[in-house]
Parts: sequence; structure tokens; C-alpha cells
Amino acid sequence: MTAAEVVFALLGVVAVGSAVLVVTTRQLVHAALWLVVAFGALAGCYLVLTAEFVAWTQVLIYVGAVVVLLLFGIMLTRAPIGRVPRSGADDPLDSGNRWAALAVALATAAVLVTVLVMGFKDAYIDLEAGGGGAEPLGGSLFRTWVLPFEVLSVLLLAALVGAIVLSRTDIGARDEEDDGEGDG
Amino acid sequence: MITLAALATLLPFLAAFAGMLLGPWTSRLLGAAPPAAQAFGTADGAGRSGAGGPEAGELSKTSAEDTETPGTAGTSPEPEKTSAEAPTMPLPVSGPEPAAPARYAAGDSALRGLPRNGPALIACLPMAVATVLALIVAVAVWRHPGVRTGTLTLIPTGTIDIALGLRVDGLAALVALMVCGVALAVQLYSVAYMAEDRRYSSYAAFISLFTAAMLLVVYSGDLLVLYVGWEVMGVCSYFLIGHHWQERANSRAAVKAFLITRLGDVGFLIGIFVLGVGAGTFSIGGVLERLPDLPQGTVTAATLLLLAGVAGKSAQFPLHTWLPDAMAGPTPVSALIHAATMVAAGIYVVARLYAAFAASAAALTVLGVLAVISMLGSALAALAQDDLKRVLAYSTISQLACMAAGLAVGAPAAAIFHLVAHGAFKALLFLAAGSVIFVTGSGLLRRHGGLRRAMPVTFWAMTIGYAALVGLPPVSGFFSKDAIVGAAWHAAAHGERPAHLPGGVAWLICLALLATVAVTAAYATRAWLMTFFGEPRAAFPAREAPPLMTWPVAALAVPAALLGFFGLGAPELRPHPLSALLSLLAAAAGAVAVYLVWNRDPAADPAGGLGPLRRVFERGFYLDEVYAALVVRPVRAAARAVLAVDRRGIDAAVVGVAGRSRRAGGLLRRTQTGDVQTYLTGLLAGVVVIAVGVVVLL
Amino acid sequence: MHAAYPVVVAALLFSVGVYGVLARRNAILVLMSVELMLNAVNLNLVAFDVLWRDRLHGGQVMTLFTIVIAAAEIGLGLAIVLLVFRNRRMIEVDRLRTLTEQTAPAGEETPQEPRRPAAAAAREGDTA
Repeated sequence: MTAAEVVFALLGVVAVGSAVLVVTTRQLVHAALWLVVAFGALAGCYLVLTAEFVAWTQVLIYVGAVVVLLLFGIMLTRAPIGRVPRSGADDPLDSGNRWAALAVALATAAVLVTVLVMGFKDAYIDLEAGGGGAEPLGGSLFRTWVLPFEVLSVLLLAALVGAIVLSRTDIGARDEEDDGEGDG
Repeated sequence: MITLAALATLLPFLAAFAGMLLGPWTSRLLGAAPPAAQAFGTADGAGRSGAGGPEAGELSKTSAEDTETPGTAGTSPEPEKTSAEAPTMPLPVSGPEPAAPARYAAGDSALRGLPRNGPALIACLPMAVATVLALIVAVAVWRHPGVRTGTLTLIPTGTIDIALGLRVDGLAALVALMVCGVALAVQLYSVAYMAEDRRYSSYAAFISLFTAAMLLVVYSGDLLVLYVGWEVMGVCSYFLIGHHWQERANSRAAVKAFLITRLGDVGFLIGIFVLGVGAGTFSIGGVLERLPDLPQGTVTAATLLLLAGVAGKSAQFPLHTWLPDAMAGPTPVSALIHAATMVAAGIYVVARLYAAFAASAAALTVLGVLAVISMLGSALAALAQDDLKRVLAYSTISQLACMAAGLAVGAPAAAIFHLVAHGAFKALLFLAAGSVIFVTGSGLLRRHGGLRRAMPVTFWAMTIGYAALVGLPPVSGFFSKDAIVGAAWHAAAHGERPAHLPGGVAWLICLALLATVAVTAAYATRAWLMTFFGEPRAAFPAREAPPLMTWPVAALAVPAALLGFFGLGAPELRPHPLSALLSLLAAAAGAVAVYLVWNRDPAADPAGGLGPLRRVFERGFYLDEVYAALVVRPVRAAARAVLAVDRRGIDAAVVGVAGRSRRAGGLLRRTQTGDVQTYLTGLLAGVVVIAVGVVVLL
Repeated sequence: MHAAYPVVVAALLFSVGVYGVLARRNAILVLMSVELMLNAVNLNLVAFDVLWRDRLHGGQVMTLFTIVIAAAEIGLGLAIVLLVFRNRRMIEVDRLRTLTEQTAPAGEETPQEPRRPAAAAAREGDTA
């Protein structure tokens, strides 16, 4: 095992482990924090894979923005803080679907791992530093992939507007007559 | 000759359809006034179904004893509502002279209105022409005796072909002439009798169709063509008996007649098949030719099966119960169908195929036994009936049984002679009874009385008819009945009978005939006395019937009186002294007994002298009840069972499929929980399974 | 490096995310699990980009796009979660069951169409 592999393995363990904790912990805020750990480990993975720009973007956006958003959401929805004990059928955190979900997840894992390992038995990644830097990636982004990039900005605009519209309380339901005419 | 016979058959057939389709149009064409608005059925209820209603009402055993429709005794010319189930209060016996009912005026003006009466002309004119044709055919056959056949075409059936043809011989010509004559009289009579009936045109058309069918039976040269005519007669009889179908009892009587005769017709058809297949041909001439070559079993089977149809159509025991109830139809229908033609068809067929019957001991015995039971039983039943038409109906059964007895003892000529005479005098009696019912407004004997002076023509005609029925010389009945009694006596005492007839049966027939003659005289005298003598028992305007009704009656009285002398040419049709004396003595005994009982109290019913037996006789020995218990109730129960199986088994299965599908759907519906996580779980599980499958298989 | 490493990690991460989406009741936790799944996909993309030394850097660019889209999605998703919370005072996903089939026979008014009766009554007001 090369050094890269060892480091990657460790980072992978951390990532998967913290992911497991995200989905099993009884404390909501801890879940968000474990999510941060997972994202961070993944950023490390990206670094090992020489994708620096992606790694930093990951940290910036995921750790910086997404998790914050999630924390805001937890607070705004009065989620239970602190350890939530299990309460059977109406547990606020885990649904009764747990065991079916576990089965499906295990099956998914088994299938995916098996297929992928069998498929890529002889594939070796050649790690060369600098391939994922800002310059090559930016050049690629603004030359080859500029059109999707523009579309993406439109998407962001749409998401922004949508989020605002959905969250405003002073925009109510449409009137009854409008609805009736719309239906007829 | 064959052409004339075919024309005679075809004319009434065409008249039937013309009358059905074009009747009212022809009236308008001829300038008749449009018919006045008549309350549907109620105006009929005043007149004819006043005759049909009370009789029908009496037939349904649930109705009250007094079933006469109120108001028909003439209290009001326009009764607003009538019903067969009338209140039971009796009408006044004597009182002020009631006003004439509307039907009198209609009947009287029927003759004057005849040239403008479309359906009547369509009915009567072709019938008259057909009668003339039948007369020509009869004269031709009389002058040059022999069998003439003619075939129109041969219908290929794959095995035995059916020949559409006619066969005219002396028997056919004579019976056809009788049929045509009676039918013509009935058609003329009906013009007045049914003058107020709204559905007269369909009635006349059915009578024409019926006549055509009977002529087809008479002239037919092929067994299956005969069967066609036979069945058409059955259907027309159903329609005609149920003419006043507004009263439920009438349509029930029609259905009863149809079903019972149909029952016999099944055996008849199978008998035809057996005979035809055995002989290799359905034509009557062919069958009679090949008869000696047929195995005995075939002949016996065929004749016994044919006897089933004969028993049904000719109303012999045990298929006779329809005939008294069939009096629910209008009286002219009874005269035509149940006196002269349809019921005679059975006897006619036996006479036509007599060689086959004579060859089978079983057939002759069965025929003889049935005849004996029928003739005595129905004569006794006639003695106790209150309704004049039912007396005549039972009398018909009895006389047909006499004809059957004549056939059984080997005297087909005598039987046919009696058939023709009976056709004349029984039609006469029925039509005259119709006149009486028309005048008095009721068919019940206890409402008649004292009509001798008011209805002279009817009185004398009916006297001749009753005399013929009893067998008094010199009217035709004496000769014809004596021919049969003489043949029976010779068969029993001197052994001059068909080889296959056991001697015991011949003696039985002979004795039964003599007993029947006595009882016949009894009931005939009773009816004659109660109708025409004594004081009127109910209030009605006493007058003669309209001319268009009395003339056919008078016309029929002539052959009823004189027909006997035509038979003197043949030795077997001449009276035999010993048998004539015996039957006259028996008749005298019966008549005198009844006269004595009547004389004690002219206002009462002589049948009261029977005591407790009267009820038994009147109910026809409770045979209807027996059939109801033995046949009707099990069949109804079976029908209900089938209905239950259909509803609970088959329908439930079909409906249950829907219910079960619903439930299965309901079960499937449980997967739609609304919980998105459940959906996703299922989805992903499915994807994993598919992925595994793909990986494993590929 | 053997390609199995990033690929297996991604697969495991994805499976964990699947478990979280299917098993967690709180909507925020579900969103977190979705993020995990998206991250697994990103890792895969980057790994294969590097494996095949894409000159266009398609994999990494795609990863960037995925990140952006995930961010947009979580913004909107949280807006929806807040709306649900505003209406029902809870965000347990398996209590949001208005998609369920009603067991009552068709013809009854169903609760998920509170606006329909008025419109339907307005339409049928002519005939009734």
C-alpha cells in the first residue's frame, strides 16, 4: 500500500464513520456536527486525489454554507436539543421503517461494492500533483464548460427566488375565484 | 281439383293477413264512420266479455260465486267499469223492464253496416269463396271417388324429404266442407256478436288464419305439413281464447289451453318422426302404402305417440282440462274451435291414418279406455255445470270420446259421420248459446229462463241441436250416434271388430256408450228446460238476437236436422234396430228423470237432485286440483329452485367477482400509505434487486 | 492508488446515505442524508476524473456543479421544511401522508382537496 492509499483509507474510515454517526445519533445538533466531520474528511480525500480546487470548494460551500443552513433549519423548526430518548412508534428522529431501511442499505452496499470492486479490479489511479488546481480547473470551467456554468447561475437564481417566495408569510394562497376559473 | 283445394286453403290465409294489416284502412276506404271513442275493454265488458268475464271469472276458482258484471242486466247502457270479480249481491229477479244495452243497437245495425265494415268483408268474402270451392271439390270427389294427390315441391332435408302437397279423398273433402261451412257461419255471426269490439279486425283475421290452418290439416298430404297446420291452429286458439286478455283469467285460460295441447303435441311430433323414419317417407300416402312392412313395435310406438297429440287436441282424458276453461273466449270462437274444427282434428288424424291404428292392439285399447273415461266423466260433469258454455264444453269432450270409441271399435266411417254431424249441431248449439248470452247478458243457467217465446228462432234451432245431441230421430244426431253405438254393439256381441281389439274393451265401450247416452240426454234436457222454460230468473230485456246472428244459427239448423239422411247410402251408417232401441231407451230414461226433477220446482236447478255429488261433478272430479298439485306445483317449485340457483349461484358468482376484485384492490391499496419513505424503500429495494439480477444474469 | 479505494468509500457513503433517507423521521436529518449521498457521488466523479486523467476535467467540473446544485437544493428544501413546519408544527416526514389512498369509497370529499368543494359547488350550483 502506498502512502496515498493509507492516508486515503484513514480519511475514508473517518468519512464513513462520521456518516454512520450522522444517521444514527440521537442528538440532532450532533448529527450536523458529525456531518461537518464527514465533509471535512471528504475534502481531505479530494486533496489526496489531487483535486485541490474541488476540496476547497467543498469546504467552503458544504461546511461553510450548507451545514449552517442545516443548523438554522434545526433551530427554526424547534428541533429537540440534546439527547432524544427512543420512544417507540412516535420517535421524533427514527421512523418505524428502520429495519427495512437497514436491509435496503446493506443490500445496496453489498451490490455496489461487489460490482465496483469486480469491475475495477485492475484500475490504478496515477496521482500527479497539480492536475486539479485552480488554474487548469478554471480554464476548463470557463472555456469548455461555460454554457452549463451559465445555466447553473440561472438555476441558482431560480432557487433563490423560489426560496424567498416559499418563505414569505405575506404572500398568501390565491383567491377562491381565481382557483375556480383556473380549474374550469 | 288439387288446385281448388289449395285455393280454398290459401284464401283464408291471405284474408287473415289482409285483415290484420289492412282492416281498418279498408273500412275507411269504404266510407265507414270512424269508430266512436270506446272505453277500452269496458264496452266489451258490457257485452261479450260480460259473457267472457263471468265465465272466466267462474273459472278462476278464487272469484265469488256470482260473477256477473253489474249493469249488464241492462240497468245502464254505458257501464263505466266492469270487472270479473263483481259484488256478490244478486240482481232482482223481477222488476221494471230494463233499458236495452248498447250492444243490442250495435248488433242490429251490424247487418246494415256490413258493406262498409272492412274487416268483416275481408273475413267473410274469401271464406264464402273458399266454401264454394270446398263444395265443388266435395261434389267432384263424390261423383268420381278416389284419392287425388298433388305436390307443389319437395323440400330436401338430407334424409327424408318433406313433400309440400295435398291429398284429397272423400274423408278430406267432407271434413273440409264441414269446416268451411261452420267457419263461414261463425264469421257472419261474429260481425254482429263482436260489433262493439275494438279489436274485431284482429279477431276476424285470426279466425281466418285458423280456418286456413285447419284446412291445411284436412287437405294435407304430408305428415309434417299436417303438423304445421296443427301447430298454427294451436297458436290461433291461444290468441282467440285470450281475445279479451284484459281480464287476467282469460289469458290464463289461453295459456292453459296452449300448454296442455302443446304437451300432447310433443308426443305427436315424435310419433310423426317414428312413423316417417320407419316408413322412409312423411307423405301420408307413402306411409299407408308401406304400413304392412313396418315392424310391429314401430307402428305401436308411433300410434301411441300420435295418440298423445290426439288426446291433447281433441280434449280427451287426461289432457282435457283445457277445454272447459277455454270457454273464456268469445262464443263464436268456441263454436268454431271447440266444437267443429280444432278438437275434431285429432279424430280426423286417427281416421286418416286408420290403417296404422288398426294394426296396433295397444293403440286401440288405449284409445278405447281413454274414450270410455272421457265420455262418462265429462257427461257427468256437464250435468252439474252452471255455465251454459261449460255444459256445452263438457258435452264436446263427451261426444269426441264417442267418436274415439267409434274409431276404437273399428268404425272410422261412423266416427267421421258423427264428427261431421257433431260439427253442425255443436256449432249450432254454441252460436245459439251465444245468442242467449247476448240477450240475457250472462252465461249462467240460473240467470236464464222463459226465453221460449221471446227468442223463437233461437229456441227452435237450439231444440234441434239438443235433439241431435241426445240422438233423437229424425235429426242427424240419431243416425250418427246410432252408427257408433251399433258398431260398438256389433264389435262386442258379434265380434266384428279389428283383430287387435280385446273383447273386454269392446264390451266396456258398448256399455259406456249407452250410459253416456243416458247422461247426455239428462244434461241436454236440463239445459233446454232451464234456458227456455219456466219464468225468467233474472231481469233482462227479452227479445230475439240480431238478424246477423239468427240467420247463421238457422242456417246451421238445416244440416243439423237433415245430415243424417245423407248417410243412408252407406250400409254402416244406417241405423241398426237393436242398438237404436237400446240407445233410445237410455236417452228417454235420462230425459224423463231430469224432467221429473225439474217439474217439482221449475225455478230451481235440477242438478240439485244430485246432492253432494253435484260439487264433485261440477269441479270436473277435481282433476284440475290434482294437476295443480301433481304438475303445477312441482314445476313452479323447480322454477323457483332454478331461479334461486341462478340468483345465489351464478349471479352471486358474477357479482362476487366484482366484490372480490374490489377486496383485492383494497388489499393492494394498503401499499399506498402516503409515507414517502415507504415508497422510497420499496423503490430502492427494487432497484437493488434489478441490479443484482442484471449482474448475476449478465 | 488502486481505484477500489475511492470507489468503495463512495459506495459505502452512498449506502449510509440511503439508510438515513429511509430511516430518519426528521426532515432535516433526511436532508443531511441526501447531502451524504450527493457527496458520495462527488467522490466518485473526482476519482474517475483522476483515473482517466481527463484533459477537460469533466469529472471535477461536474463535481463543482453538483456542489452548487446541492446547495441550491438544500436552500429550497429547507424553505419547504419551514413551510411544512409553519402549517403543521412538525416536520416528521412519515406523518405527511396526504398522498395516501382514502379507504372511503369515491364520491366522498377527501381532505386533501380543501379548495375543491367550493369550486365544484360553484360548477354544480347550476344543476343542484
